[in-house]
Order: sequence, then C-alpha cells, then structure tokens
Amino acid sequence: MTVKYHEFKPYNVGRWVIWSLFALVLVFAPKLFTSSLSVTMLSQMGIAIIACLSYNMLLGHGGMLSFGHAVYSGLGSYMTIHALNMLTKGTLPIPVSLLPIIGGFAGMFFAMLFGYVTTRKSGTPFAMITLGMAELVFAMSLMFSEFFGGEAGVSGNRVVGGSVMGITYGPPAQMYYLIAVYTFISVGLMFAFTRTPLGRILNAVRDNPERVEFIGYSTQRVRYLAFIISGFFAGIAGGLGSLLFEIVTAEVVGAARSGAYLLFTFLGGATFFFGPIIGGVLMILAFVLLSEITKAWLLYLGLVFLFMVMCAPGGIASLIMMNLRVAAFGFLRRIWVSYLALAVCALVVLLGAAVMIEMVYHLQLNGAMGSTLKFIGFTFDAKSLDHWFGASFVLLTGLGLFELCRRQYVREWGEIQEDIEKEIKRREAL
Amino acid sequence: MEFFIISMLNGVSYGLLLFMLSSGLTLIFSMMGVLNFAHASFYMLGAYIGYSVASLVGFWPGLVLAPLVVGALGAVFERTALRRVHQFGHVPELLITFGLSYIILEMVQLIWGRTAVEFAPPEVLRGPMFTLIHHAVDGLSLVAGAAPAALCNATDAAVKVVCSPFPATRGFMMLVALLMLVSLWLMLTRSRIGLVIQAALTHPDMAEALGHNVPRVFMLVFGAGAALAGLGGVIGGSTFVTEPAMAATVGSVIFVVVVVGGLGSLSGAFLASLVIGVVQTFAVAFDVSLINLAQVMGIELSKAWKNNSVIKLTLSQVAPILPYLFLVLILIFRPKGLLGNREE
Repeated sequence: MTVKYHEFKPYNVGRWVIWSLFALVLVFAPKLFTSSLSVTMLSQMGIAIIACLSYNMLLGHGGMLSFGHAVYSGLGSYMTIHALNMLTKGTLPIPVSLLPIIGGFAGMFFAMLFGYVTTRKSGTPFAMITLGMAELVFAMSLMFSEFFGGEAGVSGNRVVGGSVMGITYGPPAQMYYLIAVYTFISVGLMFAFTRTPLGRILNAVRDNPERVEFIGYSTQRVRYLAFIISGFFAGIAGGLGSLLFEIVTAEVVGAARSGAYLLFTFLGGATFFFGPIIGGVLMILAFVLLSEITKAWLLYLGLVFLFMVMCAPGGIASLIMMNLRVAAFGFLRRIWVSYLALAVCALVVLLGAAVMIEMVYHLQLNGAMGSTLKFIGFTFDAKSLDHWFGASFVLLTGLGLFELCRRQYVREWGEIQEDIEKEIKRREAL
Repeated sequence: MEFFIISMLNGVSYGLLLFMLSSGLTLIFSMMGVLNFAHASFYMLGAYIGYSVASLVGFWPGLVLAPLVVGALGAVFERTALRRVHQFGHVPELLITFGLSYIILEMVQLIWGRTAVEFAPPEVLRGPMFTLIHHAVDGLSLVAGAAPAALCNATDAAVKVVCSPFPATRGFMMLVALLMLVSLWLMLTRSRIGLVIQAALTHPDMAEALGHNVPRVFMLVFGAGAALAGLGGVIGGSTFVTEPAMAATVGSVIFVVVVVGGLGSLSGAFLASLVIGVVQTFAVAFDVSLINLAQVMGIELSKAWKNNSVIKLTLSQVAPILPYLFLVLILIFRPKGLLGNREE
C-alpha cells in the first residue's frame, strides 16, 4: 500500500510543517492582537485548548461521555492556588512556572480516586455516575470553606520572588507565553498519546469493547488509565487558569463548566484530534465576545448545538475534513455556489430569529425602560405588531429558502461523493 | 414520636415525587436506551405551564392540561429530533437531550423570567391535612385538618402539648403519586398497549415483525414519560418553589435514583426513590455532628479538634451530598444497583 502523504524518511514533512505552524501561531498571536483584552483572551484560549483536548481523550478517543470533567481541572486549580499561596509564604521552594504541574498531579490524583468508581461502567451509566461525582464535589465545595474558600473563593498573587531573566509574570504577555509553552507541550504530548499502544487500544475499547476483552485486555483498566491521564492534563489547564486569574471560586468545579467542556469539544469535533482545538477557541469567543453582544447567548448556543448534533455529529472538524476531501479531488468549485446560497439563507433565518429573540429578551429584562431596543444598527419596537410580523416573515422566508437550498445541496453533495468513488476506482485501476 | 411520623411522611412524599420523575426516566431508558437528560427540564416546564394555566383558569384544569402539553412537546421532540440522531448511536442521543435542557432552561427564563414565580396550591390544599397532637398525659391523638388552638394550648402549664401539622399538599402529592403508580402498573401489565410496550422493550425487532409500529410506541413512551414529569412538576412546583433552578436541583438526584435502583428496573427506581427521599428528609432535620457523637461516646475533644471543619459539620449540612455518597457506595459494593438484574 502506498503512503498517502509526502514523506522523506525518517521525517514526515506534513507533520513537521503543521506543528511548526502551530508554534508560530502561538508565538505571533499576541503580536497581531495586541490589546490587553485579546492577550487575556488568547491566554484563556490556550487553557481551553488543553482542557478540551484532555476532555476529548475521554469523549472522542475513549467513547466516555463525562459530565464531570471540570472536577479535575477545578481541583487542579485549587491545588495550584494553594501551592502559590504556600510559595508566597516561603514554605514551598518551587518556581511559579512549574506550579501548573502541581495542578496536573492534583487532577491526576483525583482522577485516580474518582475514576476508580466511575470507570467501572461505560456508556450511559458512566455518564450518569460522572454527573453524580460532579455534584458531590460541587456540594462539598460549599461545605469545606477552608479549602474551597466559600463564596469568595481563594485568591493569590502570581508575582512572587525576584525576576528570573526579567520574567516576573507581572505583565499579561509573560503569562501568555507561559501558557503558550504549556499549551504547545501538552498538545504535543496528547497527540503522542494517541499514537501509543494505550491510545490505540483506547480507540478499540470505544469501538468494540467486547472484542477487546476477547483479545485479553481489561476494558475497565484501559478506561481507568485514560481517565487518569486525561485528569492530569485537565489539572494542568486548571493550574494555568488559577495562575492567569489569580482567583479560584467554586464555579470552576461546577456543572456549567463541565457542560461547557462537553459542548465545545463536541462542536469543535470529537472525531478528529484537532477538533477540540477549534472548540476551545470557540469556547472563549462565545464566553467573552458573544456574551457581550447578546444576553440570549446561551439560547443561541443551545440551538447551534442541537443543530450540530442533528446535522453534523462530527463537529466542525469533520465538516472541514469532508470539504478538504472534496477539494483534494478538485470538485469544490461544483458546490461552492450551493455553499454561498446556504450561507445567505442561514443568515436570513438567523436575522429573523435573532430579532424575535432579542425582542422577547428586551421585554423580559428591560421592559421598564420602554419597548424600543437597538439591535444590529436598527431600532425595533418590541411592542409593535408590525415589527413582530416583519421578523416572523423574514424568519419563515429564510426557512423556506434554506430548505430549498439544502435539498439542492444534498443532491449535489451526493453526486460529488459518487464521482469521488468513481475517481478512486479509476486511480486504483491505473 | 410525632417528629418521626411527620418526617417519615414528608420523606415518603418526597420520595414518591422523585419516583414520578424517575419512573418516566427509567421507562424511556429501558426502552430506547436513551438517558433523557432533559427529563428534569420537562418537570420544570410542567410546573411553569401549570402555573400559567392555573393563573388563567384555576389549579385543577392546570393539573390536567400541563402534563398533556408537556407530553405533547416531548412527543414532538422525539419525533423531530431524537429519532433523527438514533442512527448515530447513544452518545449523540444523550447529547441532543443535553442540548434540549439548555434550550428549555433559557426558554423558561425568557418567558417567565429569572426569579421564582408565585405558584400557590388551591384553597383546598392549603393548610394541614391532619395534625398530630402529642399530649404529655393523654398521649398521641390525631385531628383532621388544623387543630383548634384550644387543643394545642394546655390549660395546665405543667402539661406539655406539641402539635405537628402535616401539610395537605404533601398528602395530595402522595395520593397522586400512588394513583399514578397503580395506573402505570395496570397499564403496563393489563392493557394491550402495555403488552406491546413490554414486547418492544425486550424484543423490538420481533414486535415490529408482528406488525406493531415500534417507533410510534417509542414516541408514545417518550411523550408519556415527559407527561409524568410534567405532572410531577405541577405538584412539585406548587408544593415547593417554581424557579429556573428547580430542574438542576432535582435533575441530578433522579439520575442518582435511577443508577442506585438499577438501570431499567422500575421497582428498583421505586425503592431507591423512597430511600433517598426519606434519608434526605431525615438528614435535614437532624442537627448533630461528630462532636455530638463524641460526647455521647464519652470522648473529650480538644479545642483544635472542635474547630476542625470536618468534625464541625452537622448532618443537616451534609444532607445535599448524601444521595451522591449513596451512589458511590452502591457502585462500589453492588454495581448493578439495588434491584438491577444485569451487569453492564
């Protein structure tokens, strides 16, 4: 069988190019986006990437749907902030740069502890048990205020000790580069994990556990080991988070955080290694920017999620890969008109729906401030029947056109897939 | 004694409410293999729709209409969304109900606001159903409805009289849950549709080959499960609080119930609901900690020990985590659940 990628032994060129590009992006991103908001957002993105990738080790690679991943990143955060405070007091001789590793080991320790119970089951029971564990830890966080800091949380100060080669972690940019280094190494290690025998057998456990048992592996132990490793990386993400924000509150172990990891890992694409990277970036964009634009962002998020589960269960990554395949065979120009039409129709639907949602939200939240609201540059009157009629008209028209375009697109897509199959057969015959 | 009886009744009524939810969840799970993450959201939806209908035409029409509306919504969701992802496997099925729980929560906040709404039970159900009177001399006696003030105030100061009322809403909750339990059991074992459901549970392909529309049965079961949750919501919402957080509060507990009882076992869910309901109710009522235990056992603790946060915790403070601790213990010692019959 021939190798599909360009290879000059012993180097796999494509892989070198991609990883170098990734490193370059990490290095030069804060040079392009220089405002303090964007540097903070980039730092958060790095953390979210590690967290989502570690979550995908369970969801994508192991088929384990966990509802309690924030427990491990959150406990990692707490351990790191306590270690930082000990360091400030001078009782712990460790440089600040290595503190996230402490968070990693904390996440690993708790994954060992809780994973022993949760990984006894797989599939749906596993999901429910992780949910129970998450609730257990969250309820405990309100009980033990010495460790969890109660309502106010635990705060620290990352600028301790003298500067080493000018690095004090005072300026946000220095913190960003620490996170970037951790992100690059963690992503590399997690990719390497997928190539190890353990990573491979984990995929087998996901796809056919019965057969794995037959060839002599304990599926439970494989799941347990993967869970521990995933907990380690989650803890690193949590540790970086507590260094970045310098405060840790009980919400880092909460169900909302776990839900966000799940949602965005899935949106990014759980079936490909790089999917969660997209997911992590989207997570921060949604949390920071989308929540600024509209108060109804969780509703939009839920609707997008529902749409993705129904239409593209492989997430954004699978959409990219499918279209790359089409492009590789040179068929993309046959379908781009359809894409354009779909995008325009989707925009019309979104416009109609968004105006209606915003008007309801306005009535609900700011009803006392009059019924007019400004949205995307226009002024709407939430009590005017005309505006409601107009918005629903736009929505319905958009939906109708979208359905027409979708049918056309599905037909074209089917034809292209058939042509690709033919092309593959033709090349094999050569 | 009267404390025990009242707490027991409170616990049992809460347990029965949990069972109203977990029965639907168990039925849906054992039939379709889908863990309906949005089940507690249907419970919340039932409470809010019940509240709206009750404020328009009264509580009793609301008690009937709200479950029907919620059931219809559940059936529509199954038909349009869940059935489409069935081909992708169980994880997307779980995820789509997870997404639905987000949307329902936001929708509820959008329509009814972010704060709790005033959902009062009807006139008949306000006040106590009966009152237990513990008279130091005459012993225990029971009076229907609220006890007259004369009975609760002893004429002689030396005689201690304690009146413990039992709320009528709790009694109503028990009544509805028991009626529902009996009718569910009768329907599943005695009626034709129940037999088809049972057949579709264990042998879906065979049932389909015999000419039954199994996907439609699935839709009906999902709708019925949602309707049961909606019914629980009307009753739970009027007894407790109707607020956007109510789904999250009860949601994780019913998952615990379903796992502890044994996945797919209806009788296990019943047992686990009662156990968790009673345990949680009693735990909230007791204000004892390890310090008290040490005192009873005659161990003198040092001051540092007494200020230890673990030692200081009272049972009522620990109450919220008890169901989850129970879950962990069950998983360690009896992984298939209380009455489960198959090891995953």
